[in-house]
Amino acid sequence: MIDTLRLTAEEAAGLIDGGEVSAAELHAAYLEAIAERDPELNAYLITVEESGGDGVPIAFKDLISTRGVQTTAGSKILEGYTPVFDATVAARCKEAGLPLLGKTNMDEFAMGSSTENSAYGPTRNPWDPERVPGGSSGGSTAAVAAGLAPWALGSDTGGSIKQPAALCGLVGLRPTYGTVSRYGIVAFASSLDQVGPITKTVRDCARLYEIVAGRDRADSTTVDLPEPVAIPDAEDLKGLRVGVPKELNEAEGIEPGVSEAVNRAIELCQELGAEVGETSLPRSVEYGLPCYYLIAPSEASSNLARYDGVRYGPRVGNGDIRAMYERTRDAGFGDEPKRRIMLGTYALSAGYYEAYYGQAQKVRTIIRREFAAALEQFDLLVSPTSPTVAFPLGAKTDNPLAMYLSDVLAIPPNMAGLPGLSIPCGLSEGLPVGLQLIGQQFSENLLFRAGHALERALEFDFVPERLR
Amino acid sequence: MSWEPVIGLEIHVHLKTRTKMFCRCELEYGAAENTRTCPVCLAHPGALPVPNARAVEMTILLGHALGCDIAERAIFHRKHYFYPDLPKGYQISQYDEPLCVNGKLPLATAEGDVAVGIVRAHLEEDAAKNVHMGGAQGRISGADRTLVDFNRAGTPLVEIVTAPDIHSAEHAKRFLQMLRQTVVELGISDAEMEKGSLRFDVNVSVRPEGSDELRTRTELKNMNSFNFAAKGIEREIQRQIAVYESGGVVVQETMHFDPGNEAAPPLRSKEEAQDYRYLPEPDLVPLEPARELVERLRAELPELPGARIRRLTEEVGFELAEGLVTSGRDRLFEQVGGDRREVANVLMNQFAATGVDPAAVSPEELAKLIEARDRIPRQAFTEALAASGDVGFSAERYLGDGQITEAADLEPLIDQVLAANPEQVESYRAGKEGLLGFFVGQVMTETQGRANPKLVNELLREKLAS
Repeated sequence: MIDTLRLTAEEAAGLIDGGEVSAAELHAAYLEAIAERDPELNAYLITVEESGGDGVPIAFKDLISTRGVQTTAGSKILEGYTPVFDATVAARCKEAGLPLLGKTNMDEFAMGSSTENSAYGPTRNPWDPERVPGGSSGGSTAAVAAGLAPWALGSDTGGSIKQPAALCGLVGLRPTYGTVSRYGIVAFASSLDQVGPITKTVRDCARLYEIVAGRDRADSTTVDLPEPVAIPDAEDLKGLRVGVPKELNEAEGIEPGVSEAVNRAIELCQELGAEVGETSLPRSVEYGLPCYYLIAPSEASSNLARYDGVRYGPRVGNGDIRAMYERTRDAGFGDEPKRRIMLGTYALSAGYYEAYYGQAQKVRTIIRREFAAALEQFDLLVSPTSPTVAFPLGAKTDNPLAMYLSDVLAIPPNMAGLPGLSIPCGLSEGLPVGLQLIGQQFSENLLFRAGHALERALEFDFVPERLR
Repeated sequence: MSWEPVIGLEIHVHLKTRTKMFCRCELEYGAAENTRTCPVCLAHPGALPVPNARAVEMTILLGHALGCDIAERAIFHRKHYFYPDLPKGYQISQYDEPLCVNGKLPLATAEGDVAVGIVRAHLEEDAAKNVHMGGAQGRISGADRTLVDFNRAGTPLVEIVTAPDIHSAEHAKRFLQMLRQTVVELGISDAEMEKGSLRFDVNVSVRPEGSDELRTRTELKNMNSFNFAAKGIEREIQRQIAVYESGGVVVQETMHFDPGNEAAPPLRSKEEAQDYRYLPEPDLVPLEPARELVERLRAELPELPGARIRRLTEEVGFELAEGLVTSGRDRLFEQVGGDRREVANVLMNQFAATGVDPAAVSPEELAKLIEARDRIPRQAFTEALAASGDVGFSAERYLGDGQITEAADLEPLIDQVLAANPEQVESYRAGKEGLLGFFVGQVMTETQGRANPKLVNELLREKLAS
């Protein structure tokens, strides 16, 4: 009997290598767990019965193009769309022998922080099904947390890996921009989108990152990794300088229980040998979110222009081409993509470009510099990943701004192109709290090392209490 | 009042790369519809562009030819609009940081050079091709459905924008011809209007002579030949003058010509205030061409048509010089020996009429032919020119046909020779038949050797016997 709830990807690989289970048996065990628990959670949009590969199976967020397997990005406008090609990350997983378990639910076009914006119904949090798993990669985090996949890939534009990983008690890496190919990833905001691992442990995270990262000729914005990925085994943080940015740790809206758990983790850093000090990122935290909500919708309004009913996806109406566009897009997009298309279209309009998109790009440079200065003093910066633990379904659906604020701590480093690792650091009111570790560009190995040492010391149990 | 036309051109040229601008689909004109496509040029979700390095090189080469500054850093932008021929909903183009800027291409004219400023030359991708079904002649009006052929989508395209420095329809036409010849010679484009690999729009306004104001302009589209353009521009100039002279104002609008019918009045449409919402293309990094590459391409630049027109004008006058260069016959001209004007005239008239590829012609053989032109019947000369591009062509065969073989042509000459030498005639008739050779020699001298010797012998014997 395979305990998919507890099994890490590394352990699963061990079972296969030791001949104790076959890849097919492992795949079947997960499909069985999905059949048992997913009707309640709705983590998967589609599962794959057989897909070859002799390794540890994996789930993909449904914006990763998979040849022959429907890819909807959580939207009605891509209902029934089956890619004719694999995203580079999907191809790399295939080459590494990872069979595909299925495609996971998400906020439509990755726009959201709760997975409630999916056109295919919300996903529920395995820790408490009345609560959201976070988003937009909530299907992937719910699947891994509930033992419905040993690991998964998500994508993070404005916190969409880090935040749901935090809310589901998992490890999530948003890699340095440019380290993981976006080829075949349904685009939301191209200058921010990055694919990354969602796992139970930091070591699993490093292993999956190792498989998917590295330059891809099909994505001009990718680069070679400056050093090979190192699977971490450190037990201490000796020699590391850990900075605590005041604004990221004292922002309005951070729940006391979240602060407590994060502060305990910061104390632990010191106990593990790190030098801990305070630092400041005033402008990054104040302007990060507003700038994000100019840049991301602007790029989204452009990226979503291709969904016009001409070449693929559903088409509504015939005859007049303008009317066909309008009816197709009206029926195909949900409220949040429509909201962002309108925001972005406005921000890019003649006469407004400089004041909005242009200005936001300038501020982005300021944010980059501010982080660079802080990261000269410190090797790592730490903060809560999300100001709150998982919130009840429906709590923020009527208030987009409140929903946006869920990513206020995750967004600033993204704006600077920096990697961020979220690891679980405790519980607040019985729900997981995430600790965000931020490093310089290409410092993933350092994040893995620190994350692993903290993970060992924290001894967080990633199996949701109610499922133990 | 006397009016001065003000004309600016926007020229689009397809680059002759093997593959498309941002994907690896092969470019093949005339391939079956939608067989040269991939997820990138069909804008499937998640597909990303990768720039074609060869297209960048070709654009830099063109930039050098146009006397442009080559930017150290150029940016691709997204230009947005919805249309079925634009699969992404935006065209990847260049906006405020194009690859080539601030150039100048002097237009050689009979009155000397006219400086035409090049505002910019930038790299972009072409749209797909809409095919309108039903209705008249594939036009959109009256069509009952539209099909899209994506083979063309993503073809690399250079857009060249001139300053409004051209002041006559004739000069506009000549500029277009010279520019076309330039891109063809650089080997970067076929620039064939029938295939759509060269397209242009013309902006026209007029102003009182001597003024430097820029009045409202109209844009002329769809003119698919240089002559058509010259006529269309002239017609628009006259229309605008008439509007002003009757106290009216010119409205900014676009004139869509019917490519199938030059005489048809253009369809006029109000210029919509388009908002393209330009966005720096986040899927591409800035284009920063290596300086060594830029300099290597500069060194590769051949002598340009404009310079050759100026050089040849000294030998044969402007008209022939321009004709030779813009028709691509000047290299042959320079290799063919003989009287300069005569060679130029033959190349631009009889030779041009044959449609023979100048590159296929042996200059030595052609020189022999032209040298013998006056001695060869017109018919034979034309035939010879038509065959001059054939493999192994020899002028000799046609020069042979230059013999005078008609008795009627020779008789007057022979009579003349006999009349001029009465003593020898008498001696011959007295039995000194050896003198026949003398008479033949005289006739051959008179005909510069072109007379058929056998016929001359026969005629002489007859005449001397009578």
